[in-house]
Amino acid sequence: MSYFDNFLIMCSEVSLLIVLLILLLFDITAGKRGKQYFQPVAILLFALHTLLNFVPTAAGEAFGGMYQYQPVMTIIKSILNVATLIIFLQSKHLFESIKMKSQQGEYYFLTLSTLLGMYLMISSGHLLLFFIGLETASIPLATLVAFNKHCKKSAEGGAKFILLSAFSSGILLFGISYLYGTTGSLYFSEIAPRMALNALQIMAFIFFLSGLFFKVSFVPFHLWTADVYEGAPSNVTSYLSVVSKGSAAFVLMTLLFKLFGSYVHEWQTLLFWIIIVTITLGNLFALRQQNIKRFLAFSSISQAGYVGLGIISGSTLGMTTVIYYILVYLFSNLAAFGVISAIENRTGKIEIADYNGLYQSNPKLSFVMMLAMFSLAGVAPFAGFMSKFFIFSSAAQQGFYLLVIVAVVNTIISLYYYLRVVKAMFINQNEQPIETINTDNWNKVSLVICTGAIILVGLLGFVLDIIEKQSFGL
Amino acid sequence: MEYTLFILLLPLTSFILLGLFGIKLSHKISGLIGTGSLLIMAQLSYVAAFSYFTTQRIDAVFQTVIPINVLWLKMGTNLHIDMGILLDPISVMMLVVISTVSLMVHIYSLGYMKGEKGFQRYYAFLSLFTFSMMGLVLSTNIFQMYIFWELVGVSSYLLIGFYYTKPSAVAAAKKAFIVTRFADMFFLIGILVLSYFTQTFDFGTLTSGDSSIFQQAISAQFLGTSALVWAMALIFIGGTGKSAMFPLHIWLPDAMEGPTPVSALIHAATMVVAGVYLVARLFPVYVLFTPEVLQGVAYVGAFTSMFAALIAMVQTDIKRVLAFSTISQIGFMMVALGVSKLEGHHGLGYMASMFHLYTHAMFKALLFLGAGSVIHAVHSNEMENMGGLRKHMPVTHLTFLIACLAIAGIPPFSGFFSKDEILSATYHFSTGMGIWMTVVAALTAFYMFRLYFSIFWGKEKQHAHTPHESPKSMTFPLVFLAIPTILGGLIPFGQFVTANRAPYAIHMNWMVAGVSVVVAVVAIFIASRLYQYPNKRTATVPTALRGFHKAASHRFYMDEVYLFITKKILFNGVSRVFAWFDRHVVDGFINGIASVTDWFSVRIRGFQSGEIQWYAWVFLFGTLLITALILFV
Repeated sequence: MSYFDNFLIMCSEVSLLIVLLILLLFDITAGKRGKQYFQPVAILLFALHTLLNFVPTAAGEAFGGMYQYQPVMTIIKSILNVATLIIFLQSKHLFESIKMKSQQGEYYFLTLSTLLGMYLMISSGHLLLFFIGLETASIPLATLVAFNKHCKKSAEGGAKFILLSAFSSGILLFGISYLYGTTGSLYFSEIAPRMALNALQIMAFIFFLSGLFFKVSFVPFHLWTADVYEGAPSNVTSYLSVVSKGSAAFVLMTLLFKLFGSYVHEWQTLLFWIIIVTITLGNLFALRQQNIKRFLAFSSISQAGYVGLGIISGSTLGMTTVIYYILVYLFSNLAAFGVISAIENRTGKIEIADYNGLYQSNPKLSFVMMLAMFSLAGVAPFAGFMSKFFIFSSAAQQGFYLLVIVAVVNTIISLYYYLRVVKAMFINQNEQPIETINTDNWNKVSLVICTGAIILVGLLGFVLDIIEKQSFGL
Repeated sequence: MEYTLFILLLPLTSFILLGLFGIKLSHKISGLIGTGSLLIMAQLSYVAAFSYFTTQRIDAVFQTVIPINVLWLKMGTNLHIDMGILLDPISVMMLVVISTVSLMVHIYSLGYMKGEKGFQRYYAFLSLFTFSMMGLVLSTNIFQMYIFWELVGVSSYLLIGFYYTKPSAVAAAKKAFIVTRFADMFFLIGILVLSYFTQTFDFGTLTSGDSSIFQQAISAQFLGTSALVWAMALIFIGGTGKSAMFPLHIWLPDAMEGPTPVSALIHAATMVVAGVYLVARLFPVYVLFTPEVLQGVAYVGAFTSMFAALIAMVQTDIKRVLAFSTISQIGFMMVALGVSKLEGHHGLGYMASMFHLYTHAMFKALLFLGAGSVIHAVHSNEMENMGGLRKHMPVTHLTFLIACLAIAGIPPFSGFFSKDEILSATYHFSTGMGIWMTVVAALTAFYMFRLYFSIFWGKEKQHAHTPHESPKSMTFPLVFLAIPTILGGLIPFGQFVTANRAPYAIHMNWMVAGVSVVVAVVAIFIASRLYQYPNKRTATVPTALRGFHKAASHRFYMDEVYLFITKKILFNGVSRVFAWFDRHVVDGFINGIASVTDWFSVRIRGFQSGEIQWYAWVFLFGTLLITALILFV
């Protein structure tokens, strides 16, 4: 294999890097007039990248196994791409104020760097590359959280995020060092067969996982979530809750399969309790929130717990349903965030009480928000119902009946707080509802895509089939 | 024959177009869109029928053709739901029936609904109905059929309640929807039971006659009979709902609140025969594996046809007379299916049932459209406001007479042939059944001619303005439908649609035919004595048959029975208990959960302090705790 062929295998990373560099150059060289077109150019280039890397190719590895490619990775990367694209479409509001205008280039550049990190995390076959990917995905994210320099809360969120990320990376690195120490290798393929159930390796295993649990925000590693989600600009929050979380959940699953296959009994027990606590605590906290972004932060914690139901089954069906769940969650959550960011960037209102009577002034936005809430709550016939149904059945298939029952009970609790938002918009009276918001066309496109997907993805049977073809189990 | 897909797509497109943009289009354009798409669809159906009946025969047996079948949903390892198109003799025959009647109704409505508010909506709903009905008959599997079955129900609901400002129309729509939904519930349970045991929804597999797939369903017992019997009986109950068989017939007479062309299309020719079609579709299963259910079909049909015929004799609203006559005629079709066997001459009933379905669709649509024309002229549904109209409405009069002769079974009109086959089949089954159905046939002739004479003969009534013949758009369908009504009986139906799909020659049973013609003529004679010219005898009939007359005009108090069951027993008796239980036990439990949840969520608030040191501490503590748990527990 020639040196060049190595790059061909990692074509998705390469093309993302090219997009990233073009945007960087554009930002540096373009004048004031050119910069007006920054968002369209970024969106078009990124859409091109998404399209080019949409079809899976044959499996392969590059650079002596450091980088590994499987067709399922194209699916998950495409899902992340679509999510990022939708977030870009929703981001125009963010740069309307004069203060933020100059930062537009950084926003796209930083977001794409974190995406590149996630790509590397997903496709790594070596712990070093994995760690580099993880850090590339985390550090620019902290800057994004603190992106609104003029807002104290944003800065606070950024600080909290970078400190806790560093802390979790430390623990993760500690785990990696023990793995290396006991097995003598950093290649996944070499570590896996050398894992035995001794104390050192179990410790390494858990320290390593803690770092990933932090990213997915499982309880008790979730405490950063609410503060960071609240402080960050809405678009960054949606990126955190969908793209960052989705990639972490997928990586967690593949690593459990590839690296710790022999520990299946241990991590199933571990996940069993973590899922129960995560779903339940996430729900209980979400019940009380008044701030809509904090509310969605806790909702996303419990949603992560549901994703865990697919991971724990360890089967092909499990992987299929996890990817499907992420796909559906992406559209539902981004529909909600599209509305929230439009409202926050225009009016600065982020309390649920502010949404009282929204239907009178903004019927279309209220309708999209309602669909999103229904889908997140898992109300039939929307996509969210299907994804919950499939993920429950994958767990039930492996005999985790108790877990499914707990999850179903929690779904009922969650219905209460999701419907609270719907009630605020449609039923509660308000003398002065939020004024009529005329969102820009890009955002409208994003909301139409999300709405269509919420309605259609659940009905189109072939989506699940396509994912299932590329999935694998233990 | 992939082009059959357009038979579904055309009305669907027309529905979407008119549904979305109808309000912006003029009446003329929207009528044209609806009728035009139907016209093309009808042509396609005729071409499909012609090419199917001329080419798809191998060794004298018609083959099933499935031009399109795509996987829609996978459920488990074996079970999957497909969406496709199935062509076999009965579905192709239904294509012709539905497209013909639907096209005629579309044309007729151009005149009948002229200037009505919501004209575009009306055409949108008609298209939706045609799409659903076509989907129903072309289904490749029972689940697809169920989906379209429900869609048919919805569009019927929308059309019955078309005059939604009229409380009686709204009530009728609601009644139709609830009663048929009630039956559909049984249908769905039946489908689920059947598919659970056989692991398939596919009609091809179910009706192949292969007994191995039913092994499990036959061996599983529930309350003394096999699961298969349960399933097939439940599916039949679903059919009785749509086909208005006793005791679920009560919605059909009320459904006459809809516009008259709708009654012609939905409540006479197409939707109400869905139940018959369902039984015919699953006929091999019924006849081979659950003959006891099939006998039930026969008895339900026989009882219903007599019951409805008796009520029809005393109704005074002309559309209600036709409604009960429809129920009675569908009873005929059910009986014919119920007494049929699969092979050769024993399969006469099946053929006769389908034949009657075909001829009945034509003449009953004609009757309804004729009645619509009369109502259009005198602005009333009541017989007492009519009379002597033959001079004013010659075309309506003549076509109506032809249809009456057909339904009464007078040769050489189409109804004579199909009804005669049904009667032969019932005599073949048992003499008692044969006599019973012959009596119903006599009653049919009587009440139809009572209707005919009351409208077109008798004393002329005072009207606000002189009644006049309807416009061309309304008389053309009448004349067009009169053609199959006259000539339809001459079609060698046995060559095309039979129980085992092999052709067989129809033999006239002259004995049966002679008897039925004689009783029909006698019945018509009596009707003419009573109603043709004004006379004193007319008034004496109700007094002579006091008790019967009163009971029959109250439709044997079936609606009252339903009201008693729902209002008195369900709402007052059962619901009260449940309401108490719901309020005090269930709500109490749920409120309990809510307050516990609430209590917890207040308690744990401190967890989320906002201090980063605390966060890191919890993180580390969590990691260590998990390690300890895995290592030591």
